[in-house]
Amino acid sequence: MSLSEKDVNHVARLARLALTDAERSKYLGQLGRILEHIQVLSKYDTAQVAPTTHVIPLSNVWREDVARPFADTASILANAPDHEEIYFKVKKVIE
Amino acid sequence: MNLETLSAADIARKVRAKELSARDVAKSFLDRAHGWDKTIKAFLSFNDDAALAQADAVDRAVSAGRDPGPLAGVPVAVKDNLCVTGTKTTCASKILENFTANYDATVIEKLRAAGAVFIGKTNLDEFAMGSSTENSAFFTTRNPWDVSRVPGGSSGGSAAAVAARLAPLALGSDTGGSIRQPAALCGVVGLKPTYGRVSRFGLVAFASSLDQIGPFSTTVADAALLLQVLAGHDPKDSTSARVPVPDFSAALGRGVQGLRVGLPKEYFIDGMDPEVSRAVRQAVTTLESLGATVKEVSLPHTDAGLSVYYVIAPSEASANLARFDGVRYGYRSPRATSLLEQYEFSRDEGFGPEVKRRIMLGTYALSSGYYDAYYLKAQKVRTLIKQDFDRAFESVDVIATPTAPTAAFKAGEKSDDPLQMYLSDVFTISCNLAGLPGLSMPCGFTSNGLPIGLQLLGKPFDEETVFAAASAYEKATPWNRIPSQPA
Repeated sequence: MSLSEKDVNHVARLARLALTDAERSKYLGQLGRILEHIQVLSKYDTAQVAPTTHVIPLSNVWREDVARPFADTASILANAPDHEEIYFKVKKVIE
Repeated sequence: MNLETLSAADIARKVRAKELSARDVAKSFLDRAHGWDKTIKAFLSFNDDAALAQADAVDRAVSAGRDPGPLAGVPVAVKDNLCVTGTKTTCASKILENFTANYDATVIEKLRAAGAVFIGKTNLDEFAMGSSTENSAFFTTRNPWDVSRVPGGSSGGSAAAVAARLAPLALGSDTGGSIRQPAALCGVVGLKPTYGRVSRFGLVAFASSLDQIGPFSTTVADAALLLQVLAGHDPKDSTSARVPVPDFSAALGRGVQGLRVGLPKEYFIDGMDPEVSRAVRQAVTTLESLGATVKEVSLPHTDAGLSVYYVIAPSEASANLARFDGVRYGYRSPRATSLLEQYEFSRDEGFGPEVKRRIMLGTYALSSGYYDAYYLKAQKVRTLIKQDFDRAFESVDVIATPTAPTAAFKAGEKSDDPLQMYLSDVFTISCNLAGLPGLSMPCGFTSNGLPIGLQLLGKPFDEETVFAAASAYEKATPWNRIPSQPA
């Protein structure tokens, strides 16, 4: 399966990465070679094999939905690029 | 005071017995670190004041007749992808350059309660993606055995710090070999615990089904001591296992009489450094001379490991790293004029090339039309790899392999070729895919004087047998050495 320039552009948008033209052409080549290497997987017959998502058996863990206040809101806001009062501030979403 | 030859266990014992003050210990290691680290560059940041305050608290406890805990006054270096309240936690990424953690990872909480002292945060490949620390956004760490060479990665800073005795213990994280491979290249002990053994809460997630936090140390006994503190179920990590935590130190003296050691034929491949292969075979012969029986085993899906890993890890990473969007924390691009641009520019400018490469790879593997061919396929072959180990462990108790195909390589040697770099993890990856415990320890030196790593893999939740084998081998061999600090 070869990778096209269109694929790279599509994936960059899905990943929310504004790649430069130089990055796009570099990743086109490098990802193509990595995907070629990954083709080795196709030689294994997995028709009867169940996928492993986690190696240990996991089930949902339930707990009561109880709010636990975090004492130091200021330390959270201090890490924010921009905030107003206790809200994170971003660029306008709706015109 | 020169304390660098003391093990963590020695230090804790002396501090508890009032033979040493925790303050003197902290000062001694900080002094050593501030000197030699100018060359090695293992640390991204030091926490002198906080470390001395922690040490003083330990000393006060001892004076008051209270036991400060099993790691009383032991300096610990912490990989910079673990949250320590009040410290920068950067993941060696520009995107988190100014992020200050406001809570402790569970392992950090446990270490505090055990009396440990945090002297600094160590360098890594950005977001733990890499095998050399050359992917750090800030600088490359150097191997204390030869500063023209890399320390391995991604936990290269932690490995180098312990190798140079800038700290007797360190924490790393291991997703595909990121504790064991640098431990091998730096000549120290490094353990990836069984998946689920240690809580991941407060570790910045890379690949959630593979990541584990684990110890670096200079002795096998110290690795057991540190794991004892780290291990256990945590309600804050639903993937941490509800299994009993045994007394790991009690396993150290078991010996290897009758122990069945498996040697997988697929792990001795063409292109491997003959010195590495020879040292590992010699190590197995040593185990045999100590009473173990050695048996060849087969792990037929070994050659698929790298491909499975480079689908699953980037896929999980692409989802985990979606949170870095410049909204709540981290870098925000000043160029953005819309919310979409804020996401796209911040991520492009904030992440380095390897992280973007893996996000792209993972996003592609998960995208509509390719999911079955890549992600689902990789998860199925992952099952085959796990079954290989299940079968092998029916007839052996531990599996011995080289940790890495070569000793430490030169800085710059592989940094332009991602696939070549990925191959340095070829022997460590399957252990994560199968969720096994794996330990690396020194088993000799190359003719260039570089350490060689022996990897011992165990059954899930059987770190004890791994420790028993490693401890017996350690006692019989002279490889626990300290690199000499240039004048």
